[in-house]
Amino acid sequence: MAATTKIYRTEEGKDLYAVMAEFATPADTYHAAEMVRDAGYQKWDVYSPFPIHGIEEAMGLKRPILPLLVGVMGITGACLGFAFQYWVSTVGYKTNVQGKPYGAWEAFVPVTFEIGVLFTAFTALFGMLVINGLPRWNHPLLCKERFLGVSDDKFIIAIESADAKFEPEQVRKLLKDAGATAIELVEDIPDAPAAPAAH
Amino acid sequence: MSSLNPDQATAARLAGLAQAPDAPRAWDPATGDGSLVEDPAVRAPLVLGNRSFNWVTETVCGYAEKGPGKWFWPTFFLTSQIAALMPLMILYLAITGVGVWGLNNQVDWAWDITNFVFWIGIGHAGTLISAILCLLKQKWRTSINRAAEAMTIFAVICAATFPGIHVGRIWMAWMLFPIPNANAIWPNFKSPLLWDVFAVSTYGTVSALFWFMGMVPDFATLRDRAAKRIMTGRQIGGTLPLIGKTADEVRAFAYGLASLGWRFSSRHWLNYEKAYLMLAGISTPLVLSVHSIVSFDFATSILPGWHTTIFPPYFVAGAIFGGFAMVLMLLIPSRELFPGMKDLITMRHLENMAKIILVTGYMVGFAYAMEFFVAWYSGNAYERDVFLFNRVLPPFLAVEGLDGQLKYAPYWWAYWAMIFCNVVSPQVFWFKACRQSIPVIFTVAFLVTIGMWFERFVIIVTSLHRAFLPGEWHMFYPSLVDILTFVGSCGTFLTLYLLFCRFLPQFAMSEIKNVMPQASPHYRPPASTGGAGPSGVHHAPNKEGV
Repeated sequence: MAATTKIYRTEEGKDLYAVMAEFATPADTYHAAEMVRDAGYQKWDVYSPFPIHGIEEAMGLKRPILPLLVGVMGITGACLGFAFQYWVSTVGYKTNVQGKPYGAWEAFVPVTFEIGVLFTAFTALFGMLVINGLPRWNHPLLCKERFLGVSDDKFIIAIESADAKFEPEQVRKLLKDAGATAIELVEDIPDAPAAPAAH
Repeated sequence: MSSLNPDQATAARLAGLAQAPDAPRAWDPATGDGSLVEDPAVRAPLVLGNRSFNWVTETVCGYAEKGPGKWFWPTFFLTSQIAALMPLMILYLAITGVGVWGLNNQVDWAWDITNFVFWIGIGHAGTLISAILCLLKQKWRTSINRAAEAMTIFAVICAATFPGIHVGRIWMAWMLFPIPNANAIWPNFKSPLLWDVFAVSTYGTVSALFWFMGMVPDFATLRDRAAKRIMTGRQIGGTLPLIGKTADEVRAFAYGLASLGWRFSSRHWLNYEKAYLMLAGISTPLVLSVHSIVSFDFATSILPGWHTTIFPPYFVAGAIFGGFAMVLMLLIPSRELFPGMKDLITMRHLENMAKIILVTGYMVGFAYAMEFFVAWYSGNAYERDVFLFNRVLPPFLAVEGLDGQLKYAPYWWAYWAMIFCNVVSPQVFWFKACRQSIPVIFTVAFLVTIGMWFERFVIIVTSLHRAFLPGEWHMFYPSLVDILTFVGSCGTFLTLYLLFCRFLPQFAMSEIKNVMPQASPHYRPPASTGGAGPSGVHHAPNKEGV
C-alpha cells in the first residue's frame, strides 16, 4: 500500500513539521508520554532538560542496540591490537627480549587492553551520535523560541506531521487532554537551503 | 549588579537578565549549611536552598556568560606568565640537551619522571569521580565531576609533556608510537615503557571523550540561551572587535558547533545514557590500569626500591589520594569566588572528599609500611639498605657501618616530608570539626599535594642515587631549568583550568537537574501532600514498583 503522506501547511503557508506541547513537570510529561504512546503514534518525541527516569518505558522505546555495537567493537579493537603486536614482535621487527619467545603473549596484555578500551570509547561516543542522527546543524524545533526552554527547565512533547496517524485536530486534542500548558505548531525548514534566485 | 537600585534590579531579574541575589543562610549547628545530616535515614540535599532547575541553568551558564569577576583577568595574566616558562624551558632543553637538567650518570630519571607521575596521578581523580562514583550511584558526584574531569585532562596534558621531553632528542619522540617509518623499525611491545605510552595516550583520549560527551547537553544549553537572546533582542555583551559579530552570535555559533545539534530528545537521551554508562564502565578498569602500568615502569626493573609487586595498587591508591587533594584545592577557592556555588558544592561534598582522602591516605600509609615489611621479611640486603640507608635514617640516628663510617639516608628529609604530609596530616580528618572546616581541608589538601610529589621523588631519586655499585653513587641536585619547567607546568595547569572556568560549563547541569528532587516523575510539591493531584497519580501500565 503506497501510503501518501499528507502535507499540512501552517497559516503562513509553510510546511508543518510537528505539533509541540509544553508540560509543567516531569510527572505530567511522563503521563502525557504514556497517553501518546497508547494512542499509537510512532514519530514523536519527548524533550526534557535531563533524561526523565523511566521515560523510555512511558514512550515504549526499544532497548538500544548501542551496547551490542560497543561490545563488538571493543573486542574487535582488542583482537586487532593483539594481532598487531604479535605481527610486530614475530614478523615486523623481531627483538630478542630476555631470551623470551618472540610471540610471548603475556607482555602483550596491557596494550591489547588499552586498544580495546580505545575502540570501546570511540564507538560509545560516535556510535551514540550516529544512531541519534547527530551532529546536525539545525532542526525545525530549534527555530522555536518556546522550544529553547527545554535546555533550561521546560518539558515538551512533539508529534511529527510525518506520523501515519497524524491529524492536527486529534493531536491537539490528545496533547490538551494530556495536560499541556501550551501547544504550538512547528514549521518545517527545508533540508537544503533554497537557491538565492527563489527569493 | 550592586550598582543598580532595587527597582532596576527587580526589573532586570524579571526580564531574565539577572538572577535573584543569594539570600545569606545561617550556619545551623546541627546540619552546617544544611547538607550535613547525621541521620542516615535522611538523604542530605545535593543542591541547597530549594533551588529550581532554572536557578541551576542561570547560575552555571552565568559563570560562562558574564565572566567570573574582576579577579579573573589579573589571575589569568599571572598564571599564563608562569605557564610561559614551560615552553621557554622546553625550547632551551631542545636546543641544548638534557644536560641542562641536574641529571647525572647514576640519577638519570629525576624531576622529569617525578613530575610525570605526579601529574598523571592527579589526573586520576577526575575519572574516579566521573566513572567509579557513577557506577556506584554516588549522586553527589554530579556537582564535582565536570571540574574534576577538566582537571584530569589538564593534568594529563602536563604529565604527557615530561616523558615526551625527557627522551633527549625531542624530535624523535614520535617513534614512541608504532608509526611506519623508512627504517622499518617498530617499537618493542615487551617494554613497560611502551605500555606506558599506550596507557597514558589512551587515558588522555578517553578522558577527553568522556569530558566532551558530558558537556554536549550543557553546550546545547549555552547555545539555546544565546540563540534566545538573539531572537528576543536582549543580547548581553556588545560587538566583539576584529570579528565584527556580537558576543552572543559567537556564543551561539561556537557552543552550537560543540553541542553537535543536541536537542534534548528522549530518544537521544536513551542512547546517550547508555553510552555514558559504558564509558564509565570502561573508564573504571582504564583508570586502574593506567597507574598500574605507570608503576610497571619501576616494578619490572631489578632496582631495589622499585622491584616490588605492591606497586600497582599502591600507585593507584596514591593517585586517587593526590587527585582528590587537587580537586579540593581547586574547588574550595572556586566555591568562594563564584556566587551560588556553595549551594552546588555543599559541605557534604567537601566532607565526603575529606573522608576519601583519609581512606586513601591509609592505603598509601599501608603501602609504605608494607614496603618496609617486605624489605625486612625478604632478607634481601639491598632492599633493606635502600629503605634504611637511602630513605629513612636521619643523620642524628646514623648507625656505624662495617667500615666504621656513620651511615644515614641523605634523602631522609624528603622521606619524612612525605610521611608527614601523606600519612600524618590526613589523620586530622578523624575529627568531624576538621572534616567540616574549610581552612583545615584546604591545608591538608595542600600538604597532600606536596607529599605526593615527594613520594614520587623519594621512589625515583632515592632508589636511583645509590644502586648496586657504590662507586657510582651520586646525589641529585635540580638545576634551575628543572625547577622552572615544573613551575611552568603548574602555571599551564592553572591557566587551562582558569580558561575552563571562564568559557565552559563548570557543572554538569543536566546531571545536577536529574538528581534534584523535582526531577523525579514521582515528585509531589511539599504543599500538596494531602490530596494527590493528577500529576501525582501514577498509572503507568507497564511499569511497576519503581
